[in-house]
Amino acid sequence: MDTVGLVLARSLILAVALASLFAGMTVIERKMLGYFHLRLGPTRTGPWGLLQPVADGIKAIVKEDIIPRDADRLVFRLAPIISVFTALAAWAVIPVGPPVNIGGLTIPLGVADPPGGVLVAVAFAALSVYGVTLAGWASQSKYSLLGSLRASAQLISYELAMGLSLLGVLMLAGSLRLTEIVAAQERLPFILLQPLGFVIYFLAALAESARVPFDLPEAETELVSGYSTEYSGMRFAMFMMAEYIHMITASSLVTLLYLGGWNGPVFLPPVVWFLVKLGFLLFVFIWLRATMVRLRYDRLMDLGWKVLLPLAILNLVATAVITVFVA
Amino acid sequence: MNWVVLVAAALALVSAVTVVRARIPVHSVLALVLNLISLAALFIALDAEFMGLVQVIVYAGAVMVMFLFVVSLLGARREAIEREMSLLPGQEGLGALAALLLLAALLLAVLRQAYPAPAALFAGFGTVRAFGAALFYEHVLVLQFAALLLMVAVVGVVVLIARRDQGR
Repeated sequence: MDTVGLVLARSLILAVALASLFAGMTVIERKMLGYFHLRLGPTRTGPWGLLQPVADGIKAIVKEDIIPRDADRLVFRLAPIISVFTALAAWAVIPVGPPVNIGGLTIPLGVADPPGGVLVAVAFAALSVYGVTLAGWASQSKYSLLGSLRASAQLISYELAMGLSLLGVLMLAGSLRLTEIVAAQERLPFILLQPLGFVIYFLAALAESARVPFDLPEAETELVSGYSTEYSGMRFAMFMMAEYIHMITASSLVTLLYLGGWNGPVFLPPVVWFLVKLGFLLFVFIWLRATMVRLRYDRLMDLGWKVLLPLAILNLVATAVITVFVA
Repeated sequence: MNWVVLVAAALALVSAVTVVRARIPVHSVLALVLNLISLAALFIALDAEFMGLVQVIVYAGAVMVMFLFVVSLLGARREAIEREMSLLPGQEGLGALAALLLLAALLLAVLRQAYPAPAALFAGFGTVRAFGAALFYEHVLVLQFAALLLMVAVVGVVVLIARRDQGR
């Protein structure tokens, strides 16, 4: 039986794992970007720069915590907390593998698996915009405000296309439970049945985690650092943490929804398959950052509303027709 | 009544009062978001899982983001709105009277049990499947009317924008 203690233990393990993955991702990303740019990346902190996150962490903790004079102090403090919370909370419903048997106990490899699991993940992704938007407003600086206005407009625009492409997967799987969606892909991953849906979902996920080429909320060449301009020290680190966990969450959802989750040839255990797919997608995120340029703002809106949304509707109708008449 | 309902109901009430009482518009928006999330928790506690999640996704996650967008764009400066509001003659008295009437109506309904005790929920109540079946089998006509109403709003927006562009 799943006891409260077991659920708490899994939540704790997950939170620690995500925090370490965030730390690891920062150094891996900087190393990779270095190699893409034909330079070495961090080298001074430990072998291969591996202790860089420790150095960054110490720096963030000891740095002066600055709150601008005109800032809304309450909201300014609340914003990074909302960011990290919404990023972590989505993991309450993300499974990383099939249930395992340990000493007669069947333990699910996820915190919870409610019937509407996908919707919970979508709901927390939808709420994540508040951290960014409120940070920009509470800072009372024009760069921050511009960054946060961009963030809210961008997230609203891409959420629709994301939801509509997601519906294709839900129709094929006939369930909103993430474990059942993965089970439905035992023979064929949905990327083969929903190639268009996959592309739309992936682009929307990229936009939702505000990564290059959709990183307009923090476009450093025009907005200093966008919504996080006025933040320093630990609060700034919390925004970074939220951003990286969002990236990991988005990659995990793409893995579960389109790449067949932990399904794979038997020579590797299921959890390893999940991690391999997750790692590949994270690499793609970094790869895109190293090779793409940022979209212009009006192009970003046009892409969301005039290209991705109609294509997502087309994909949805086509999937519905085929599901009804073929199956 | 379990403690989730109590906590969510208390939060919903406190946040609803905060929406009206807050001096800074963005704080009101935030309180309204909290209010909608508490309502979602109440829905989920009532086994209406899908309703609760959609409440968060649509209202808290999309509609309120637009609110926040507009409020933080118009009220970019953190300034309290005017406290010296001009009251209509008798506004306070009439408002209190209306509130009392509403309270009386609600109390009557609760005390007389105007609503019959809910029958045992069928299996799968509140899931997407049950929700969809009710919507598309039983209430399909009403659904179409609602869709028509939304369509009118969309056409209205397009007409308004087209008229403004012609003036240029």
